Amino acid sequence: MREILILSGKGGTGKTTLVGSLAALVPNTVLADCDVDAADLHLLLNPKIKKETEFWSGVTAEVDPSLCTACGICEELCQFDAITTLESAEVDPLSCEGCGVCAEFCPEGAINLKDNLCGSWFISDTDYGPMVHAQLGMGEENSGKLVSLVKKETRAIAEKIKADWILVDGSPGIGCPVIASLAGADLILVITEPTTSGLHDLNRVVDLAEHFNIPTCVCINKSDLNQEVAKKIQETCLKRQISMLGLIPFDPEAVSSVVACRPLVENSDGPGAMAIRKIWKKLEKIALNQQKK
Amino acid sequence: MKLAVASGKGGTGKTTVSVSLALAAKGPVQLLDCDVEEPNAHIFLSPSIEQKNRCTLVVPSVIESNCTYCGKCRDICRFNAITVFNKIIMTFPELCHSCRGCFLICPEDALAETEREIGFVEKGHANGISFVQGQLRIGEAMSPPLIKAVKAEAETSPECLVILDSPPGTSCPVIATVNDADYTLLVTEPTPFGLHDLKLAVGMLRKLKRSFGVILNRSDLGNGDVGTWCRQENIPIHLNIPFDRRIAEGYAIGEPLIVSRPDLRSSFESLLEELVQ
Repeated sequence: MREILILSGKGGTGKTTLVGSLAALVPNTVLADCDVDAADLHLLLNPKIKKETEFWSGVTAEVDPSLCTACGICEELCQFDAITTLESAEVDPLSCEGCGVCAEFCPEGAINLKDNLCGSWFISDTDYGPMVHAQLGMGEENSGKLVSLVKKETRAIAEKIKADWILVDGSPGIGCPVIASLAGADLILVITEPTTSGLHDLNRVVDLAEHFNIPTCVCINKSDLNQEVAKKIQETCLKRQISMLGLIPFDPEAVSSVVACRPLVENSDGPGAMAIRKIWKKLEKIALNQQKK
Repeated sequence: MKLAVASGKGGTGKTTVSVSLALAAKGPVQLLDCDVEEPNAHIFLSPSIEQKNRCTLVVPSVIESNCTYCGKCRDICRFNAITVFNKIIMTFPELCHSCRGCFLICPEDALAETEREIGFVEKGHANGISFVQGQLRIGEAMSPPLIKAVKAEAETSPECLVILDSPPGTSCPVIATVNDADYTLLVTEPTPFGLHDLKLAVGMLRKLKRSFGVILNRSDLGNGDVGTWCRQENIPIHLNIPFDRRIAEGYAIGEPLIVSRPDLRSSFESLLEELVQ
């Protein structure tokens, strides 16, 4: 079983469009949407939810005003500026990190820690295999923990059904949810675009992959937008010894297939879909060769 | 005035809008790039960086000679950043949130303050725009403290327009950026992805009780569902930016939108006038 993680650094370069199409091309696979902040893969794959589970994580401080004497100790100790003391202490739940220091040191025992409901996660069926996905509550924390949970459940299903592949749709950026999505990945495929921002962010995400020692390959979306920057990206990959799996040209069908909520390769035989098919062939070869070593 | 530019979905044009607003501003203006994971505004402004400061968090290190392995530090830490068993104590600085609970609870003075570097804050100028950005260290997971450090550099004079270029999404890094903004512009695109993620971002801002409006980018691609939904929800759409190959090609080489399309400058100027009132 091989686990492939799709990342981009920069947002909006086409991660979900690519994963949606790979889902339709990769045989015997389990899918995971680890962009728990703004999950979109379900819009393309139309999953039938079989099981929904609440995601509880961390705590938030809560003041009992009948016990609070407004002494101000909690406000002074809180490192996150989450407490203001007026007639009694008040906690801003969005700033509270749930460290519990206020509750520990409150001389009146007036602060309780309440468990957080941070979102939900789902096990679903799609036409292309089982899928695990999640939705973090609006403005909630602990996205990294939810990503780890989604990955754990995905792997359990993959082992149970003896899947050959796990395909993971990642988050933009290089922070907490991305780092959580790296665990267990055999190969990272970064999808970038031929813009100076795309190249800048590609380098940051490749730095991250190197930091955690995970083999990485790259493809360029909307590759004909700027030939010069596309060439720079190819040179960067050559210099950094990263395989370039292919160029996906700008294809209006890509937009219309998102609007139709269908994977591009299922909706079109145009240049975009053809390029993704070729990318999968190369990706498969690299991943299987890796296994032999 | 503090004006945040955010989006649920990535790649919808936050930086494009932030940079053009900064360039269109008539009075004093500052741009804070709060997307510390992937800061891009500098690509369009080429600022001269005049100051670079390390951003660190205070984390514990153990003074073994004082430690009695009582385990109180382990018990107070809700982030599993300290473990104690038998006569072994270990800290995991990358898990530490710097709440200082362990320092406060240790009865033996056995924890010393050390620093964990999470990134840099850089300050400079470009075309009369005061510029600040954060760069998260590669491998560092916690971006909100660095975003706070970037925002600590915000100009406080009321006549200065402060533009906050936010990271994508709806979780803690975005909240750290938009929580004290006077107004937030949500940039989206007219696709099912754009609409889905816009709804999440709107839910977040309503929860925060902040006022906001929408900018529709590549407004002539996709379908009309974002417009319909915004009308239903009484959310103002301040600006429609058309899809234009000139804008995309300019973006590719780091050219601001209002340079690629000078005719759109007046739209950004009137948007600013509207928002400042």
